[in-house]
Amino acid sequence: MDPRRTARTVSDPKVRQVGFFTPAPPERSISDPPRFQDPIQPPSPSPTQVNDHSPSGNSLSPVMIPPAHHHSDNFLRTALQVTSPTKAFSYSAKTVTIPPENEDVASSFSPGRKVFSAKSPSSFPGVKASSVPASELTTVSVVNLPPGISEKAGGASVEVQNDRPVSAKTLKEKTSKAERRALQEAQRAAKAAAKAEGTKASSAASKVVTSANTKPSKAAKSSSQKNDGSQVAASEKKGGDRAPEKDRKKDAPHPRMQYDDKSRVEKAKKRAVVKQTEARNRVELFRHLPQYEHGTQLPDLETKFFELDPMHPAVYKVGLQYLSGDIRGGNARCIAMFQAFKEAIKDYSTPPEKTLIRDLTARISSYVSFLIECRPLSISMGNAIKFLKNRIAKLPLALSESEAKSTLMLDIDLFINEKIILSEKVIVKHAVTKIQDGDVLLTYGASSVVEMILLHAHELGKHFHVVVVDSRPKLEGQLLLRRLVRKGLSCTYTHVNAVSCIMQDVTRVFLGASSVLSNGTVYSRVGTACVAMVAHAFRVPVLVCCEAYKFHERVQLDSICFNELGNPDAISKVQGREEINYLDGLVNQENLQLLNLIYDATPSDYVSMIITDYGMIPPTSVPVIVREYRRDHLWS
Amino acid sequence: MPDTQALVNDFLNKLKKRKIEGSQATAKQTAELLRSVISQTRMPYTNQAAALIHSVKAVGERLIAANPVELAVGNVVRRVLHIVREEDLSLTTAAMAGLNLSAESDDEDDTDRDNHPALSAAAIAAASRSTLRPPSLQTLLEDVPDSAAVPHTSSSGGDSEGKSKSADKSSRSRKLKHDVIEAVNELIQDISTCHELIAEQAVEHIHQNEVILTLGSSRTVLEFLCAAKEKKRSFRVFVAEGAPRYQGHLLAKELVTRGLQTTLITDSAVFAMISRVNMVIVGAHAVMANGGVIAPVGLNMVALAAQKHAVPFVVLAGSHKLCPLYPHHPEVLLNELRSPSELLDFGEFSDCLDFGSGIGAPLLHVVNPTFDYVPPKLVSLFITDTGGHNPSYMYRLIADYYSADDLVLERRTTSGN
Repeated sequence: MDPRRTARTVSDPKVRQVGFFTPAPPERSISDPPRFQDPIQPPSPSPTQVNDHSPSGNSLSPVMIPPAHHHSDNFLRTALQVTSPTKAFSYSAKTVTIPPENEDVASSFSPGRKVFSAKSPSSFPGVKASSVPASELTTVSVVNLPPGISEKAGGASVEVQNDRPVSAKTLKEKTSKAERRALQEAQRAAKAAAKAEGTKASSAASKVVTSANTKPSKAAKSSSQKNDGSQVAASEKKGGDRAPEKDRKKDAPHPRMQYDDKSRVEKAKKRAVVKQTEARNRVELFRHLPQYEHGTQLPDLETKFFELDPMHPAVYKVGLQYLSGDIRGGNARCIAMFQAFKEAIKDYSTPPEKTLIRDLTARISSYVSFLIECRPLSISMGNAIKFLKNRIAKLPLALSESEAKSTLMLDIDLFINEKIILSEKVIVKHAVTKIQDGDVLLTYGASSVVEMILLHAHELGKHFHVVVVDSRPKLEGQLLLRRLVRKGLSCTYTHVNAVSCIMQDVTRVFLGASSVLSNGTVYSRVGTACVAMVAHAFRVPVLVCCEAYKFHERVQLDSICFNELGNPDAISKVQGREEINYLDGLVNQENLQLLNLIYDATPSDYVSMIITDYGMIPPTSVPVIVREYRRDHLWS
Repeated sequence: MPDTQALVNDFLNKLKKRKIEGSQATAKQTAELLRSVISQTRMPYTNQAAALIHSVKAVGERLIAANPVELAVGNVVRRVLHIVREEDLSLTTAAMAGLNLSAESDDEDDTDRDNHPALSAAAIAAASRSTLRPPSLQTLLEDVPDSAAVPHTSSSGGDSEGKSKSADKSSRSRKLKHDVIEAVNELIQDISTCHELIAEQAVEHIHQNEVILTLGSSRTVLEFLCAAKEKKRSFRVFVAEGAPRYQGHLLAKELVTRGLQTTLITDSAVFAMISRVNMVIVGAHAVMANGGVIAPVGLNMVALAAQKHAVPFVVLAGSHKLCPLYPHHPEVLLNELRSPSELLDFGEFSDCLDFGSGIGAPLLHVVNPTFDYVPPKLVSLFITDTGGHNPSYMYRLIADYYSADDLVLERRTTSGN
């Protein structure tokens, strides 16, 4: 719940900050969000789904860089208004004037965009009071949590958001599906009429609608505002003051653990849960990365299952799944990790004479270091963890433990829904517009987003051919190939070496990414760079699909300074080709090193476009997204 | 003759079934086969060179047709033809000198006798001119059927001489055949020793502490690296495994047993690693006249990566790999698709490979090419047994090995059949 709200809070200023909307910011900001709605709307007309999507629509709107022609589709705008009427309202407040009865709203969100230290104290308590019932209902519809927890969540959610989203949710929850649909229709009509009269009028109309809808919550809020608990505000303020300087420190990314630094490695080893044996023949060039023997830890860890007291079983399970390779792919790993953390938080109880914020952060850190021992974190997971820790740090002290826990669990659910699942959907909508009949699309490895794009385009009835390029040792492309062929797509399968033979027939290259770094470098499955390079040489556009939560402000020029090393034994044995056994007796030879790189860095010159949930951007614009995104979701 | 025929058929079968791998082995066997063809060719009294050329061509055409992408076959056929012409030429010039001598000595002969030497000398001169012709555009365009031109000149010469000096004649014919076989033996020797000649140059190119990348396996590369190692240079080698044949594993094994620091990487990691590489050294399947390289699949990718990082891309090629043809659309026309089973497990994908989408077209295609074409602009240097050369110089180097009349061999083959 929190990220959604914050997204909205910050979204308003964001529209101005990005500066892509210069000609008429207010009008556009009203009509922007529908653009995100529109792709989602057609396949999922049921009101519940609309509910599900709405957060993304809203949170996405701020930094999106939409082509101008999309602004014209105002028909779906109403959908947005239904799901979050207050949003439209707030925009209108900005464009026209701030009507007197909404002054509190304006005051609460406009400072909120800086950092929320400046939040007007008067608005907070009000929010708290109103949000309790609201969030309860929210949880029921959006995240499907048991009401008992969500009740606490309501209280927990106080500190971050202002009243608008709350009221939006109240609206959503209070009405049943049928009612909501009726309401939607009414609003659509009202909207259409208003549109005819012009923007001002429309905003006014929407205001009417929204105010009508949000009346109960607003009333509650305004009443509660009067009896403000000053202590909550104070503590909140403190937290807010603390946050920015912390963030500033975090601004430069931490230097990563260098495994050629002996003293630090020793220290890390002492703490380690997983006993790693170092690989026999380490590759000299990669001494700075962990090079461990693979396959030895799993049985060891399995026996320790009941001994590892501090480790939550869910985290433990996920760790083992990472280790064995059962869960792979950036999104899958991230979701699995967050689900495990959610479980862990659910079962968490603050030990006596400790505070939840500190203890839980420490606990999460220990989980994370356990997961790192199982498999180095992906950059996207690092971002997700940072988000969670921020959330914990920002919990107001006044919250009870159960409230705090449910807030965090909601945060996690929202992150998964919004940043991963909905992002993928939005990316699919964007990318599908780039597929035409007769295209030959090339993809490398198995990216979940690219697969969704291809399947969706196929569902839309586009006729195209897919070239799946694959490489050893994982041969993930075969899995993708199988799934695509099952769905009836016509495919060509080949290996990465043959890519230059096949590239002349290809019209577009779609690639997934593990991360996009702020210098435009695409950090992805090893081999992606080769494919992108060949495509570049053949003048074929390269489209990289990546969710914005995977963006990172780190920069990297080559694939050596930071990477992950896989199991070297996978190199010496060729899966399914037993006759290739030349290296069987040589694995222990000192001269022979087997290098199994997992990732590589594609220079930004090879990338024509990055498709993300904020729109389609050139690689040079990545730092913009990184900056805005960070402020949007990690700092709030 | 019949046993030659059996040999030829056997070799043809092997070529067709792709039983012979590697251009060196193919080249060597082709040369050996042609040697036995030459030795079995019954030499007529007149016009021996043409007879040899004819029989070599007849076999050569069939060999080339058996495996058109194995350019080494065509190269060796052309070189044998070139040898025949050269030997014929040297004999002709020797004979011309002899004729001049005889013309001077035989003073007491009658009038028409007096005319003959001059005539035959003129004919020989014409023949020598035709064999001496430099490879010019005119020669190429003229496209005079060589078998017609050569018989004519030498037959006139032979007729004039035939009556008077038959003893000399028979010795000459034996000499021609002998010389040609000698020269073909030399060619075979060259082919089998080209590694050593190339490897000798290794020290000039490989420095201390270099990092060298190669893809797949090539005996030339192995010898080259080992030669540098023997000269006490210590360096490291990255070997990309070269899917789908994984010959890189073989090369890595050889290098490791010879004590070189070897790191085996996947092909996909080539781009990641190339920024730390000082030099890419690879073998080739064939070198085209424009300096382009037909190489094992994957090398175009490596060459592009090397160019991006300004890493020298060095191609090792024995002279039997130099092909006098210019490539046209080589990615397709000079390529070969291998079995999909190397990429996909048939058992696993059998249901996808053949079920149709209504029209009967299979949904799944598998592309498994054997070769890659590396354009000349991506190649930094060729190292052949005659030294290092620029890609732009290849056409000239090739002119040394082949006579211009044979360049069109293949075209004639197609038009003839």
